Amino acid sequence: MAEWCEQRDALNQRLAAGQSHAVGKRVPLDRLPALLESVLRPGDRVCLEGDNQKQAEALARALAQVDPARVHDLHMVQSGVVLPEHLDVFEKGIARRLDYSYSGPQAARIARMLFGGKIALGAVHTYLELFARYFIDLTPHVALIAAVSADRDGNLYTGPNTEDTPTVVEATSYKSGLVIAQVAKIVDKVPRVDIPGDLVHFVVETGTPFYVEPLFTRDPAAITETQILTAMLAIKGIYAPYGVRRLNHGIGFSTAAIELLLPTLGERLGLKGKICTHFALNPHPTLIPAIEAGWVEQIHCFGSEVGMEDYVAARPDVFFTGPDGSLRSNRAMCQTAGLYACDMFIGSTLQIDLEGHSSTVTTSRIAGFGGAPNMGSDARGRRHPSDPWVKAGVEADPLGSPALRRGRKLVVQIGETFGEGNAPLFVERLDALDLAHKLDLELAPVMVYGDDVTHIVTEEGIANLLLCRDKDEREQAIRGVAGYTEVGRGRDPAMVARLRERGVIRRPEDLAIDPLDADRSMLAARSIKDLMLASGGLYRPPSRFRNW
Amino acid sequence: MEHLSYTVTAPRAAGGTRRQAIIGVVASGNLEVLAERVLATDTCTVDIATAARGFAPVWQAVIADFVALRAAGGLRLSINDGGARPDTVALRLAQVVRLIEEPEA
Repeated sequence: MAEWCEQRDALNQRLAAGQSHAVGKRVPLDRLPALLESVLRPGDRVCLEGDNQKQAEALARALAQVDPARVHDLHMVQSGVVLPEHLDVFEKGIARRLDYSYSGPQAARIARMLFGGKIALGAVHTYLELFARYFIDLTPHVALIAAVSADRDGNLYTGPNTEDTPTVVEATSYKSGLVIAQVAKIVDKVPRVDIPGDLVHFVVETGTPFYVEPLFTRDPAAITETQILTAMLAIKGIYAPYGVRRLNHGIGFSTAAIELLLPTLGERLGLKGKICTHFALNPHPTLIPAIEAGWVEQIHCFGSEVGMEDYVAARPDVFFTGPDGSLRSNRAMCQTAGLYACDMFIGSTLQIDLEGHSSTVTTSRIAGFGGAPNMGSDARGRRHPSDPWVKAGVEADPLGSPALRRGRKLVVQIGETFGEGNAPLFVERLDALDLAHKLDLELAPVMVYGDDVTHIVTEEGIANLLLCRDKDEREQAIRGVAGYTEVGRGRDPAMVARLRERGVIRRPEDLAIDPLDADRSMLAARSIKDLMLASGGLYRPPSRFRNW
Repeated sequence: MEHLSYTVTAPRAAGGTRRQAIIGVVASGNLEVLAERVLATDTCTVDIATAARGFAPVWQAVIADFVALRAAGGLRLSINDGGARPDTVALRLAQVVRLIEEPEA
């Protein structure tokens, strides 16, 4: 006789084992390690919720305290490896296998542990890719998630930082997996139901809010003249001619500069309403002046941003908000929006090679991908036309039949030719290749593949790779904006001059930009305090950004 | 600390009549440039005191582009560099030339 309900039976056994630590669904905080020991089994796939922003840190701490004799060889399938506890579980042998997406602050330690053999790595994913695998071959047996509050039935309120939670719960709970939630508070009635209670099995009240990292706050005071120049080039050389209205911005200072130039330079150029009207974007504080000046119609968010809660709640025409009034974010939905409904991604990177491949990996750090590769790639399944998409498609394939020609997403890498510590942005060979070799990885961790990149913007100019007809042209177009890096100084000046005549390379003067005009006085806000004032006091910057 | 010194032929004489101009600050990743109008109008010298060693070829490339692009003839330029990136150096050089061109107050 075939068995068809083994997973459901296993869930019932987990529920029965866990019930000895709970009253109803409620588990006291100090019983959390014991609860985990009773419901987890060796080899379980476990999603410990955490990404580049929110963290289920009480559950992470408890998991790191379980007895490795009872719970071992877990297979962690999670967005972020961010907290020390996320790696402590591997150090202690509680977990063995890892499939993940992002590891910002733990990038150096994760590299050491991979070298040391403490972690058996499946793959480094993009967010959307990992979420997809939750529903196919990496479905969690147990999910440990974070919310703001719960009621007695386990209905959860996530507040503005909903992020990954609905996706994780959907994959786990509907496949007979167990869901344990940490909440700051148990209440009689939650402000809105983000996760229905019948999908949640145990709830622990921690008394403190889950941790959120203010990752998307860029202090305008730290924006350099060179970043302003690259931002001016991008606006005049890409945003304006393509008429880019639907887009995603990365988290770098150059894109923060673009956001702060919209109400000044953008206004002077008459671009209001013609560019930057719809975003897939977290609530960036540097976008406040443009929103206040009426530039932005709509923004859907992956997550929230610390300090932006009241501002967002007061602008429901722009942001997605719930019946409680606060932001509703959703990482999987927003990643999908960024992939299919945006015409441009623009972001920064650490290294770009001669084919245009880019990577944020260095030999001693594995930062992971997060969401940028979803945004920074052409959506091959896209079927709806838009002006920028069609124009980019024509540039790439001018002779193709119009009705059969694919459009192209604009994928723009923007940055200064030299980064932190005078490290060159342009390299002959990505460090990612050495890392892949050292770790015996089948694929080098590439953030954006060269064949997806359409433009590279530096202070020296814009390279339009759509207009390059062969590998040599592409290489010289990249060298031609690589400034004084070795790659830049290794250019063929005659070929670069020809590319400039064809408009493949455009210099500041070709766009009527004087680099000496790239001045901080052009920014709509020049400090965090300016942003706060622009928001009418609704934006409340975290203390680390308050220097007045 | 490394000291570098370059004397180059400048195709265009610096505009204006100011005797000198100074711009920038010595700080990490930044630099100050003093320009003095003391040389023959077809010559430009650049003396650099820099905190970053081993970047002579980059300095040379930056200065070659600078004199080709900007009117720098007649100027003796003295640079105190706190490890600025080449793009920042190029910007400050352009700024000091613009400053010395301005009418005297």
